[in-house]
Amino acid sequence: MSIASAERKLGWGLLAPALLWTAAFFVVPFLAMLALSFAHMEGRAIVSGFDPGNYIRAFTDWSQLKALINSVEITVTVTVISVVLAWPLAAIIAWQVPARFQRLALLMAVLPFWTSYVVRSYSWLLVLGKNGVINKALMGIGVISEPLALASTRTATVIGFVHFFVMLLTLTIYANLIQLSPNYARAAQDLGASRWATFVHVILPLTLPGVITGAFVTFVLCIGDYITPQILGGNTELTLPQLIMLQMGRSGNFPMASALSVVLMGVVTVAYAACSRWLRLDRL
Amino acid sequence: MKLLGWVYLALGYAFVFLPVVVLVVFSFQDGRLPVPPFQGFSLQWYEKILSDSGLMTALWHSALVAFISSGLALLMGFLAAHALARVRLPGSVLMRGLLIAPMTVSYLIIALGLLTTFNQTGVKLSLITAGIGHVVINLPLCFAIAFAAMGDHQKNAERAARDLGASEVQVLWHISAPMLAPALAAAFFLSVTFSWDEFIIAFLLTRFEVTLPVEIWSMLRSGLSPATNAVGSLVFLVSISMVFLLEIFLFRRVK
Repeated sequence: MSIASAERKLGWGLLAPALLWTAAFFVVPFLAMLALSFAHMEGRAIVSGFDPGNYIRAFTDWSQLKALINSVEITVTVTVISVVLAWPLAAIIAWQVPARFQRLALLMAVLPFWTSYVVRSYSWLLVLGKNGVINKALMGIGVISEPLALASTRTATVIGFVHFFVMLLTLTIYANLIQLSPNYARAAQDLGASRWATFVHVILPLTLPGVITGAFVTFVLCIGDYITPQILGGNTELTLPQLIMLQMGRSGNFPMASALSVVLMGVVTVAYAACSRWLRLDRL
Repeated sequence: MKLLGWVYLALGYAFVFLPVVVLVVFSFQDGRLPVPPFQGFSLQWYEKILSDSGLMTALWHSALVAFISSGLALLMGFLAAHALARVRLPGSVLMRGLLIAPMTVSYLIIALGLLTTFNQTGVKLSLITAGIGHVVINLPLCFAIAFAAMGDHQKNAERAARDLGASEVQVLWHISAPMLAPALAAAFFLSVTFSWDEFIIAFLLTRFEVTLPVEIWSMLRSGLSPATNAVGSLVFLVSISMVFLLEIFLFRRVK
């Protein structure tokens, strides 16, 4: 046996566990789900077949389509707000905070990241609820006389999400900013660019890869999340993951849940295609 | 301009910390509701949750699932990364893509796929099925971190060891793993925190024995309670202790 083929054998041997695991518990389940999405329900029994009915329903039945629209609207809102809030935060930490405190400043800025995800959403209820901190404070200083309905609204969902993703984006944007050599800005200003022009035409474009990568991760995590809209948004305006859970739980309609999941993956794929030019997922 | 920066930073921190501070403060509430006014300092809710056997069992389950699934994910991810970094194999770009792929799919979808498969094959739901799901989500992470950490300087050391007659297992154990130790440890602890805190996979793939996030979820059904605050504060305390330990022991040494 030649050395090359022995090497190759060894390589396959080392790869095998990871590949087999991914095949058995990721690829096969995905295919099973895909097959199931073309099945339909008769009573409470699942009848397999090749029936595109679930997909037709996902896009024509208003109660299903509305969830998709809600999800996309919320996710886009969250992504935009989070980027706009996180960029200056990352910039201040990178440029204004003294170098030896930067690591600490960053660690502090993402500290609540490490609380339990479920509990983090719950703790926003304490802030936004009818008897929560904000309402009590506003009523205490006499700004309002009746509590504001903040919890169980889309606003609450968006706030909960933005809180989480500002932390995430601050990290990714900071990582990008810190790699920028100050010489770019110096060169632009030496060539007569104003501070604003330097920012818009030099700094901002250079941070675009980091911003887009972070925004994409935000998009993927946000649109697939069940916890935050369920706890903070309540059941008034369902998102796609909430609808998927409802289909599974209440009616046991696994085929419909599968079809909606495939639609969800489709949306993520579209988002990926839209920003693949700038994505550096391998550098996360 | 500078002042504006500090003000923004302060506001940013206020926003980020607001819910956590409220959570922790009202875990000490001497009353039945974790909302203002603050009625006095009390540890009764901590006593209550620490003596809650359901909660403590769930905590133990979570730790078990997190450490075992992360260990498996790290082992498989490290071996695969080693293979792909060292040996030229046909289709290696494709395989790298396949190993990373689960990262881009929502946990909910991974859980639903596994649930479908387990239902169809008659596998009973348990902590093991949840653990399987957690390996699926953490394997790409461990693989990517290990793969990114492998450099030329390490390849040279491995080659030297091999020339001196070390077997492949010896190379892996005595050269590769120690040289990659900081990255591997980071991958492991990141996996542990993800698994420890993961809800939807654990929720859908367990039945009678549940993990901590699932147990907390069922506590939420009974409405706001300082007991939930206390659990959340404890989880927070454990997590940040781990982060600071990592920071002190691991990242200091790398510099």
